[in-house]
Amino acid sequence: MAEVIAHETEHHHYEPGHEKTLWAKIARWVLTTNHKDIGTLYLWLSFIMFFVAGGMALLIRTELFMPGARFISPEFFNQMTTMHGLIMVFGVVMPALTGLANWQIPLMIGAPDMALPRLNNWSFWLLPFAFLLLISTFFLEGPAPNFGWTFYAPLSTQYGPPSTDFMIFAIHLMGLSSIMGAINIIATIINMRAPGMSYMKMPVFAWSWFITAFLLLGIMPVLAGCVTMMLTDRHFGTSFFNAAGGGDPLLFQHLFWFFGHPEVYVLILPAFGIISEILPTFSRKKIFGYRFMVYAIIVIAILSYIVWAHHMFTTGIPLASELFFMYATMIISVPTGVKVFNWTATMFKGALSFETPMLFAIGFLFMFTFGGFSGLMLAIAPADVQYQDSYFVVAHFHYVLMSGSVYAIMAAIYYWLPKWCGYMYSERLGRWHFWLTTIGMNVTFFVMHFLGLAGMPRRIPDYPLQFEDFNQVATIGAFILGFSQLIFLYNVIKTIRGKNRVKATAEVWEGHHGLEWTVPSPAPYHTFSTPPKID
Amino acid sequence: MNNQPIDYATRQRKIRRLAMLLGLVAMGMLGFGYVLVPIYNVMCKAFGINGKTNEQPISYNAADPIDKSRWVTIEFVTSRNNQMPWEFTPLVKKIRVHPGEISRIAFFAKNDSDHEMTVQAIPSVTPGLAAKHLKKTECFCFTQQTLKAGESMDMPVLFHIDRDLPKDVNEMTLSYTMFDITHMKRKKNANAGKIS
Repeated sequence: MAEVIAHETEHHHYEPGHEKTLWAKIARWVLTTNHKDIGTLYLWLSFIMFFVAGGMALLIRTELFMPGARFISPEFFNQMTTMHGLIMVFGVVMPALTGLANWQIPLMIGAPDMALPRLNNWSFWLLPFAFLLLISTFFLEGPAPNFGWTFYAPLSTQYGPPSTDFMIFAIHLMGLSSIMGAINIIATIINMRAPGMSYMKMPVFAWSWFITAFLLLGIMPVLAGCVTMMLTDRHFGTSFFNAAGGGDPLLFQHLFWFFGHPEVYVLILPAFGIISEILPTFSRKKIFGYRFMVYAIIVIAILSYIVWAHHMFTTGIPLASELFFMYATMIISVPTGVKVFNWTATMFKGALSFETPMLFAIGFLFMFTFGGFSGLMLAIAPADVQYQDSYFVVAHFHYVLMSGSVYAIMAAIYYWLPKWCGYMYSERLGRWHFWLTTIGMNVTFFVMHFLGLAGMPRRIPDYPLQFEDFNQVATIGAFILGFSQLIFLYNVIKTIRGKNRVKATAEVWEGHHGLEWTVPSPAPYHTFSTPPKID
Repeated sequence: MNNQPIDYATRQRKIRRLAMLLGLVAMGMLGFGYVLVPIYNVMCKAFGINGKTNEQPISYNAADPIDKSRWVTIEFVTSRNNQMPWEFTPLVKKIRVHPGEISRIAFFAKNDSDHEMTVQAIPSVTPGLAAKHLKKTECFCFTQQTLKAGESMDMPVLFHIDRDLPKDVNEMTLSYTMFDITHMKRKKNANAGKIS
């Protein structure tokens, strides 16, 4: 016990905010091992990347405003679609969710910090370099990666521009970062829970990240292997994906989607966790069916490993495989349906109030479910023959990722920001942000369903005249959606600087539940140095 | 179990051990990614699902009976990868055979470039599920071909359709794609993608 006390006093030596020199200020962030600092770093990286990739989206939409436009060249258009996808997935949603995990998991399970603080520092600091590497391809000779975010072989192997190698190494770094982050989260949840915090008392957010971390551990190494095969195919004479040497380009798709499908659950499971925290708070009820929420996450995670070939229905896989992957995919809607039902039941007869986090959570509930339905349509193998590679797919995954993952992240930021910085955000701006985002989101992506069903293929810089109207609607929506995020940025900065003058209480929300609301707002640099009591 | 606080050193030891274990799991999954390559090839071969034909000669037993009650039409298609400067055409475009009957056909190849080139032809059969029933005793695709500038040759294929061919298959297409492998580092029967 003496040792415990010794270590804890050691931790208490350092408090930030007293650095005098610029160097000390930088060193504080570069060398930090504090979970709150690292969470903040992750979230800011994600926020910056959100505007970078969002800007790319606006370039794409501008080019598609009318047929025959030459606002950007077709070559550059391809680079934009590729980088928009890669950055949104790896640079926005994943870091934001990891940042939330860093901030919240120790607070929610009553731990003083993450289990492996130095590894945590390394996990984060790999990312800025990964994205520098990726974005530097715009400034090199030859085009940046231009084969779509899925970088299918042989487009990315035999025909890939030289910059593809930069992308490969960037993915190696991101993969390493994610794997270390996942190890850290698992180690934290297994070993750092406060006494009395049994697994089935853990908040659903912690549970969702616990499962997600196992998913990451299973798939990121496969992606790393896959891009390494690309690298050796490109430069060292192997033929994993090269038909001339006895390889098979189709193998690439199997490997990629073996990673890629669980990856979409990596992007959405923590979002499920967030929604499961927010809905009970603003319904002033306990979450309905806690156990089933946890089991549903586990079932979804397991099923996610056996559905990857539904991305490959039209590659000529045998009928038996098509049937298997079709049914397996459809079965996922059962645990997902359980979750949606439980969220609705949580709100049922609750004393609802509609603060910004709740608005985003309800928006999530509606629009994510909608995206789930279009996913079911795509899961039907014979129908998919028509939908595949069309704007219908684009509409589907923006409904589940933008109004799914991103909405949940925004909800989480509004929900926990008062806890992080001690001031309330501006509710008025939050509402403006929510409604403009929701209008922009639906105006942009809803019409894409029709475009896709009418046969407009994705990833093209130009289109026949009959698609013009809907494309113009989508472009207008995209600009509303894009620029309304500036309100979000302004609101967050204003809140952090305390310009709203409304101090947050420790509980922040009337219907609060969980350990994070037992510490003062703003959360002190060190929390739970002595474990909290859990009844 | 978790009701008692454990001391710092024990917990650090447990964390370190768990982190090591999870690191090993990650390494294992990296290995698994590579193991998926031979698994994929073995599965495709076992179920005959990606239209690939045999890569080693399968001997033909002349004593095996021929199924005279059935006719199967086989069409031959050729293509050149990346518009490589070769002529590559089947000498016969289409034949009709009985299952079990051996046939000999040939493809014409000519190097129209001004330098020596080495090529590898990759076969593929549609419908894919019928691929394993097309059995080759001899094929130019088993080896690589090298032709000097302007040189040409006829390349033979000796094959038969086995009698287990599903009843609903009456037409098959055997296609060859020719790849220029002059600059590929592997010399013989480049199978680097296959660990098996």
